[in-house]
Amino acid sequence: MTVQKNIRNFSIVAHIDHGKSTLADRLISFTGGLSDREMSEQVLDNMDIEKERGITIKAQTVRLEYKAKDGEDYVLNLMDTPGHVDFAYEVSRSLSACEGSILVVDASQGVEAQTLANVYQAIEHDHEIVPVLNKIDLPAAEPDRVRAQIEEVIGIDASEAIECSAKSGIGIQEVLEAICDKLPAPTEGDPSKPLKAMLVDAWYDQYMGVVVLFRVIEGTVKKGMRIRTMNTGANYTVDKVGYFLPKPTDTDSIGPGEVGFLTASIKEVADAAVGDTITEDKRPTETALDGFKPAQPVVFCGIFPVDAADFEDLRAAMGRLRLNDASFSYEMETSAALGFGFRCGFLGLLHLEIIQERLEREFDLDLITTAPSVVYTLDMRNGESQQLHNPADMPDVMQIEHIKEPWIKATIMTPDDYLGGILKLCQDRRGVQTGLSYVGSRAMVEYELPLNEVVFDFYDRLKSVSKGYASFDYQSIGLKEGDLVKMSILVNGDPVDALSMLVHRNNAESRGRQMCERLKDLIPRHMFKIPVQAAIGGRIIARETIAAMRKDVTAKCYGGDASRKRKLLDKQKKGKKRMRQFGKVEIPQEAFIAALKMDDS
Amino acid sequence: MDDTPDEPLAVYIHWPYCVRICPYCDFNVYKQKTDAGLTPSILSDLQGWRDWSGPREVSSIHFGGGTPSLMSAEDISKTISQVKTLWGLSEVCEIAIEANPHDADEGKWRAYREAGINRLSLGVQSFHDPALKLLGRDHDAAQARKALKLAVDIFPSVSLDIIFGWAGQSETLLNADLDIALSSGAQHISTYQLTIEDGTAFAKAEARGDIKAVDSDKSADFYEGVRERLMAEGFEHYEVSNFAKLGHRSKHNLAYWKGRDYVGVGPGAHGRLTVEGTRYATVAEMRPQDYQGKVSVSGLGLAEKEALSQTAWAEEYLLMGLRIEEGISLKRFEEIAGVASRKKIMQELIQNGLLRRDCDKLKATSEGRLLLDYVIENLLIW
Repeated sequence: MTVQKNIRNFSIVAHIDHGKSTLADRLISFTGGLSDREMSEQVLDNMDIEKERGITIKAQTVRLEYKAKDGEDYVLNLMDTPGHVDFAYEVSRSLSACEGSILVVDASQGVEAQTLANVYQAIEHDHEIVPVLNKIDLPAAEPDRVRAQIEEVIGIDASEAIECSAKSGIGIQEVLEAICDKLPAPTEGDPSKPLKAMLVDAWYDQYMGVVVLFRVIEGTVKKGMRIRTMNTGANYTVDKVGYFLPKPTDTDSIGPGEVGFLTASIKEVADAAVGDTITEDKRPTETALDGFKPAQPVVFCGIFPVDAADFEDLRAAMGRLRLNDASFSYEMETSAALGFGFRCGFLGLLHLEIIQERLEREFDLDLITTAPSVVYTLDMRNGESQQLHNPADMPDVMQIEHIKEPWIKATIMTPDDYLGGILKLCQDRRGVQTGLSYVGSRAMVEYELPLNEVVFDFYDRLKSVSKGYASFDYQSIGLKEGDLVKMSILVNGDPVDALSMLVHRNNAESRGRQMCERLKDLIPRHMFKIPVQAAIGGRIIARETIAAMRKDVTAKCYGGDASRKRKLLDKQKKGKKRMRQFGKVEIPQEAFIAALKMDDS
Repeated sequence: MDDTPDEPLAVYIHWPYCVRICPYCDFNVYKQKTDAGLTPSILSDLQGWRDWSGPREVSSIHFGGGTPSLMSAEDISKTISQVKTLWGLSEVCEIAIEANPHDADEGKWRAYREAGINRLSLGVQSFHDPALKLLGRDHDAAQARKALKLAVDIFPSVSLDIIFGWAGQSETLLNADLDIALSSGAQHISTYQLTIEDGTAFAKAEARGDIKAVDSDKSADFYEGVRERLMAEGFEHYEVSNFAKLGHRSKHNLAYWKGRDYVGVGPGAHGRLTVEGTRYATVAEMRPQDYQGKVSVSGLGLAEKEALSQTAWAEEYLLMGLRIEEGISLKRFEEIAGVASRKKIMQELIQNGLLRRDCDKLKATSEGRLLLDYVIENLLIW
């Protein structure tokens, strides 16, 4: 077992694109974990989507063995944590398994909103922080300015910040030295005490089954040991114990302060809850670790197969994803407009997008996704309280005392030039400004916003008003009462359930008008006039009419056009599946998605 | 099955060159004036088709393009002779060529007539100078009138093309174009709604917000106006975009619409040939040099030869056939498709006044023709 004083458990905190994964790769190759050829791709981001988006979804870990300049052999456990707020709970568990963090800041870009959110979390976990200025070899690098910014904005000493370039391999050894030198070793734990280990993460591996990543506090995890997860109360026998070097490498036991993996014939990832305490079944530790909480979806949407015949495939695909992602939930839903599908819960919008993309990509499914909705709490007149996941299920308003909706605190960092547009956007989204400060020419704005205003293309709008320069992060701040009403959309007199939404009463009319105007353009002309209406209860608040189609004929059709026309028909046959028959009206599926993209311009 | 080998055959010859490319054109065309090597390849290709089709009688020859009037009278003559030698021509064989007003040339046209051309289709498009400019045409209104007069003098049957629905066109301007067309003595008028095809210069302009065509409601008004006017003047509206005086319908184009066989030679030409109960759809090599190479190697210039499925064949029969006044034979449709037609949706379209049943015939009404794409989609997509 490793000498505990020579163990360093650390995470890397960074904004997207500031070079976290590249630095991690460099540390691995410097300490000889992989050959150059194996390093050809970034190792830590395993999923295609992670690589494409440059984000980390699942926590990963690598054990680095490093002989420092002081002559000692160190074991450095790098915990790569998800960087996104959707996975804030997972991040907090990973961070609590470490004693320190490397803060990576792009020396030309400086501190971003996401950097702040993540570094504050690390500080909350009492981490020692080692600042690293990355991309130091770029012509635009301004290490002094960024050093000052770190001190000013984050409030930590950056005078000894390490200058490095993960891409060019500059300063890598200095980073490793700083990890050994500046970060603390884990608190001494007794290897002979009853086992107490934290379940940091779990995932499904097609060869090994469910793999559990854990950090031992005290006691020892051994191969063949009967273990128990204290919150879920399940028992397993440990089949395998090991480290990631970064290749999985078996060992016999893992002791206090160390990080490793185990497999124990666990069937589903859902059985291995992040944050749970692992102990020995016959000699359990007295108290479980604090901070465990089950995954709580905050954003919901309906997912339907484009082709009704794919429903069973969709169900199977969701089951498969759920195997590996316990934070994603789904239950069957029936929509008059969209047929059979599922109401799905997600940790946030990014999580929603990832799941949707994986369903389409890995399982080759064509999907219709309805507008994301948050979870509303309805306080009923009879004193009960209900959770509303789907606006279509809203009970009679007469029975509702009031509606509460989740709010967030948003932190936005932006170059000064775009501040006006951003303030207007937040204001339009019912935001309440709580702070505004400057760091050089960058403004930091803090707003409290209703989450339901953020789930509608807030990111897209923010990106467009700031030309992509603003960065955004948020944290949940609980429920607030709101004057919310259910707005229904009627096409040709029939309500389309998939388009109903909860809106603030003051915004209802403008949003209703917007929806009707947009649908007017999105629903193709039919043989008859189609009224499109927005309604609150029985009251129509907006109306547009789609004129009847008068002319729809190809002007020229000669010898060569027969094939062309036939191919077009074949294409339309496929497109037909993407249309939904609603009463007498056919609505293309893009209309559902496009209609719900709110464009404030 | 009624695919008698002795059914008449139409022959299409594609001449892919143009002096310049029109901004709304999405045909297979190349900017070049002449190509001495192409005619011999076309002649060989015809031989290849004859070997494949067996003996048939040719009821029409059509020189299209591109700009086929860039062909010399000698090449035209050789081509007609070749078709005549290979298959033989029917007694009333229509031999037509497409031409543009700016290359009207009395000597050349008389030589065409000598060579056997008995119908000329003139790409007038408009008699309004600003419209011709917008459409990117090489000729002006005066040239158009002059060419039309010359054509009517020389050829026993003359057709002219009018494009309507260009941005800025009013009823008055449309009627002015029709007035000239009607007084010219031409026996056939094709009126095409300006359509913005993907990939053309116009599509790019419209994407930039530079609108080239009127909206669909206006276009429908124009279409109805054109139809009323021409019918009042004794023209029959025998196809969606085509009007003819008695005896002057385009035989060649009717072959397409009636689902008959047609030989397609020249770069990019499409053909259909029914052999032993299978209908083949062919496309010749697109690029002239590839085409010439293919003919010399294989005897035929084909890039693609697809045996149509029964469904595809039936779909073509229906989508082409409903364009013409006489419609389709349901018996024939079911024979080709091998399944019964969809009575329910047909009944619905009849009730909506878009289709009409006349014994075995299924026809589009005049309202139905204006919405023909919709009608066809309803009949064929489910």
